[in-house]
Amino acid sequence: MSNITTYDEEKLIEEQGFDDHFHDHHHGDKYQSNFVTTYIFSMDHKMIAKQFLITGIFWAFIGAAMSIIFRLQLGFPEENYAWLKPLLGKWITLNSSGVGSLAPEFYYALVTMHGTILVFFVLTAGLSGTFSNLLIPLQVGARDMASPLLNMLSYWFFFLAGVVMFSSLFVSTGPFSGGWTAYPPLSALPQASSGSGAGMTLWLISLVFFVVSVLLGGINYITTVLNLRTKGMTLWRMPLTIWAFLITAVIGLLSFPVLVSGFLLLIFDRSLGTSFYLSEIFIGGQALDYVGGSPVLYQHLFWFLGHPEVYIIILPAMGIVSEVLSVHARKPIFGYKAMVFSILAIAFLSFIVWAHHMFMSGVNPFISNFFVLFTLIIAVPSAVKVFNWIATLYGGNIRFNSAMLFAIGFVSMFISGGLTGIFLGNSTIDIQMHDTYFVVAHFHIVMGVAAFFGMFAGIYHWYPKMFGRFMNEKIGKLHFWGTLIGSYAVFWPMHYIGIAGVPRRYYQFDTFEAFSHFGAMNAFITIAAIVVFALQILFIVNFFYSIWKGKKMTNKNPYGATTLEWTTPIEATHGNWPGKIPTVHRWAYDYSKNDEGADYVSQIQPLKEGEEEH
Amino acid sequence: MTSLIILFCVALLVVVTIQVSKISELASKIRGGEDRYLKENDRTAKGLVVFMVGFLVLTIVSAYYYKNYMLGYGPHESASEHGGSIDFMFNITLIATGIVFVITQVALFWLAYVAREKKGRRALYISHDNKLEMIWTAAPAVVMTFLVVSGLIAWNDIMADVKEGEDYIEIEATGYQFGWEVRYPGPDGLLGKKDFRLISATNSLGQDWSDPKNHDDMKVDEIVLPVGKKVRVRITSKDVLHNFYLPHFRVKMDAVPGMPTYFVFTPSKTTAEYRESLRNYAEYQVPADADDPTGEQLWESFNYELACAELCGSGHYSMRRLVRIVSESEYEDWLSQQTSFYESTIKEEAGDDALEEDITEDADDTMDSE
Ligand code: HEM
Ligand SMILES: [Cu+2]
Ligand SMILES: [Cu+2]
Repeated sequence: MSNITTYDEEKLIEEQGFDDHFHDHHHGDKYQSNFVTTYIFSMDHKMIAKQFLITGIFWAFIGAAMSIIFRLQLGFPEENYAWLKPLLGKWITLNSSGVGSLAPEFYYALVTMHGTILVFFVLTAGLSGTFSNLLIPLQVGARDMASPLLNMLSYWFFFLAGVVMFSSLFVSTGPFSGGWTAYPPLSALPQASSGSGAGMTLWLISLVFFVVSVLLGGINYITTVLNLRTKGMTLWRMPLTIWAFLITAVIGLLSFPVLVSGFLLLIFDRSLGTSFYLSEIFIGGQALDYVGGSPVLYQHLFWFLGHPEVYIIILPAMGIVSEVLSVHARKPIFGYKAMVFSILAIAFLSFIVWAHHMFMSGVNPFISNFFVLFTLIIAVPSAVKVFNWIATLYGGNIRFNSAMLFAIGFVSMFISGGLTGIFLGNSTIDIQMHDTYFVVAHFHIVMGVAAFFGMFAGIYHWYPKMFGRFMNEKIGKLHFWGTLIGSYAVFWPMHYIGIAGVPRRYYQFDTFEAFSHFGAMNAFITIAAIVVFALQILFIVNFFYSIWKGKKMTNKNPYGATTLEWTTPIEATHGNWPGKIPTVHRWAYDYSKNDEGADYVSQIQPLKEGEEEH
Repeated sequence: MTSLIILFCVALLVVVTIQVSKISELASKIRGGEDRYLKENDRTAKGLVVFMVGFLVLTIVSAYYYKNYMLGYGPHESASEHGGSIDFMFNITLIATGIVFVITQVALFWLAYVAREKKGRRALYISHDNKLEMIWTAAPAVVMTFLVVSGLIAWNDIMADVKEGEDYIEIEATGYQFGWEVRYPGPDGLLGKKDFRLISATNSLGQDWSDPKNHDDMKVDEIVLPVGKKVRVRITSKDVLHNFYLPHFRVKMDAVPGMPTYFVFTPSKTTAEYRESLRNYAEYQVPADADDPTGEQLWESFNYELACAELCGSGHYSMRRLVRIVSESEYEDWLSQQTSFYESTIKEEAGDDALEEDITEDADDTMDSE
């Protein structure tokens, strides 16, 4: 065994690989013949991944900037915001002495857009879209996605969704402002809120396009994983990233259509006068004709997607983190099978817990018994994952680069946020905590920050695969420390505010004596948020600067990783491998298996005589 | 001007980033060497431990610092009977998760530190350990079972509706954009029928005057309730979703148009008693109004509040009503001073015989239709 010190991957692929005659058919490469087909209407999965990523970064910037504006209102409600008038126009109202303040209607529009953008455009499309596209073909050993055309359409539907959403920011009645959950009747009636007029119409159109994008992508991911794995890549040899992307796509495929059906009924109520969600409403001095509908029905349909959606967001991050932890700890992921089964368990359970968002919605309290039970069962596979990640670090030989640091940060965030889920999942405690800042703290930490950490880990780790260069490590670490400390500084205190009973989605807290004691803390949170925002700009600068000026990748497998993406050439063109496709002989986690020589064994390396698989 | 400054700062940041990255790249080229790299790696690993310690310490210190503002702690014992069981569930969950939190955060950062890269070290090849994995699957399962069972017992108890023959007061809260209307049943103890189609400037709830139960119903500005008596709040909405939220009583329930909901609770502390308990805490011995240092102190000006906890539009943050809990006799006094809306407004205007008709045309009637 000890005779293997370095690998000549090309030679191995040449000897062992599988010849699909790919390059015989693709002479001249119709996929990348000119600028437009290479960079814009590209059908190459690696380019589409970059498109998703860069679009995601764009939206993350917009969404985060919005949060800074509404955080200013919460942290410093008395300040003069006349200086924002050039940007926000009529949404900054000036009083007689010229002091400008943010209009409440617009505050709610910002919060709503922030939530929608971050949840759907950044953490769904930007995260899963980027890494599923980049890694699925590369890691299963495929030339591309099963349908490159659908893949391209998936991106462009996402783009279209973005254009529509962006345009809604400029309609005169303002963008939708009824919360990212869009509960009717508020979202159904323009009389109830000015954002529920044209803004809401655009919001719905945008999200329908978005769902089309997710479905096109998802079908592709599933088909590719199931059908295009290279020889030897059995399901149980797939890296956890692929498992996570596969299951994410399955969840998306099963839950997003339900959201669309919910939206369709809402569209009917809005424009055809049906009463699916509306009943006995008196608004704007008028009794409306709707009778017999139920707003609670919408909540069921919404959360039937909404809860799986949080796992659509977090599972890819979990997959990425599993991979990054293992590579940089130079150890196999601990409990590979348990990791897969816990993904499956979480995915299954995520479909039967949705009503834990509705304990206080007026549903029969008896029903809640089941949802409490299932919800708290999810804590078990979640805990298993956490323990396995920690055990993966034990006895490792860890390189603390930016990718690894963000992966460790992910685990810390997931613990902190997952544990507060145990409070909320218990309906008794949720009586008090529901719709307070405690919920805001919970989901930002467990989903928002954690998923971002997973995304950052992935970006730093696979950046060389995407751009052939490295991001700057010094700035990467600064980015990590600032974001870790800053995010806790922003979201940790919100637990206290929540336990004090302060409701979420409040434009200001002074109207109530009970909620008015946290002025200093809110100011602190706002300042921390601004610092974290500035650090993300640093990241963006690093990202774009490194595309052209980053340290060049000289070794095609810079981390000594076992997975297939690192057997492709540094500048992989369409088809990924220049000659044959590599075949796979072992699982993805043979790190430090040998006592001497290289501390990893690539998946393309055949088992030695007498060697056990793991 | 300010935007210029911001632009300038951003530009500065960009320049600094680019320079730093250039320099650090140059520097690493000059220095090179594995030793340098390992040293840096070491430092980062230590940083993680420092972070972990700082994080845990700050968590405990800050929680202690804010303790007396948080419900369930310090002076903020629940003001309702069922609230205690919610606070209890919260606390046992806090203990269970707190232990896990500390153990896992310490293990995460500490093990990462211990396993930092060392020259010549090779990581262990451990792929799984069935026994260990069984244990850490079973342990959370056991804890969860305990939390689920105790939680659900409390839940079914709290959410149970009143039973027939039970002694309770029923009141009604109706949410609208943006406020609450509160209706008391009057001497008959029963709330009259209403219909949203009857709502008008003079009949803001749409009470059906042909239902005699409506005739003694009263609309009040302030919710006043006797201590120790069960209250069933019927919760409805006129327009969009709202949520009837009494933080001090651990009461929360959505108000859904077209579907009345309810919450049953028993106040256990009068407003005066709550003020007394606040009085002992330094946090509440400060002037309520910072501009008036000699005025009322925070504990003196305390009142229970009703808030909205479901986004309902641009005025969602302002749906405030006061709640006052008093002794039984004070309650009776207060109640006797309230007059039925029908008696005070509708009857004189319309006359008894006009009941069946829609009397709402009356334009110059100026009931508060806030
Ligand atoms: C131990 C596992 C978890 C449990 C028991 C849990 C439980 C809950 C419960 C009961 C709520 C509703 C709270 C309320 O509105 O009153 C909630 C909200 C939420 N959770 Fe979790 N959660 C868990 C993990 C996660 C994960 C992994 C994510 C995301 C990746 C997540 C994201 C969210 C989001 C986004 C919301 C807020 C939705 C909204 O109302 O806007 N949770 N969680
Ligand atoms: Cu959920
Ligand atoms: Cu509200």
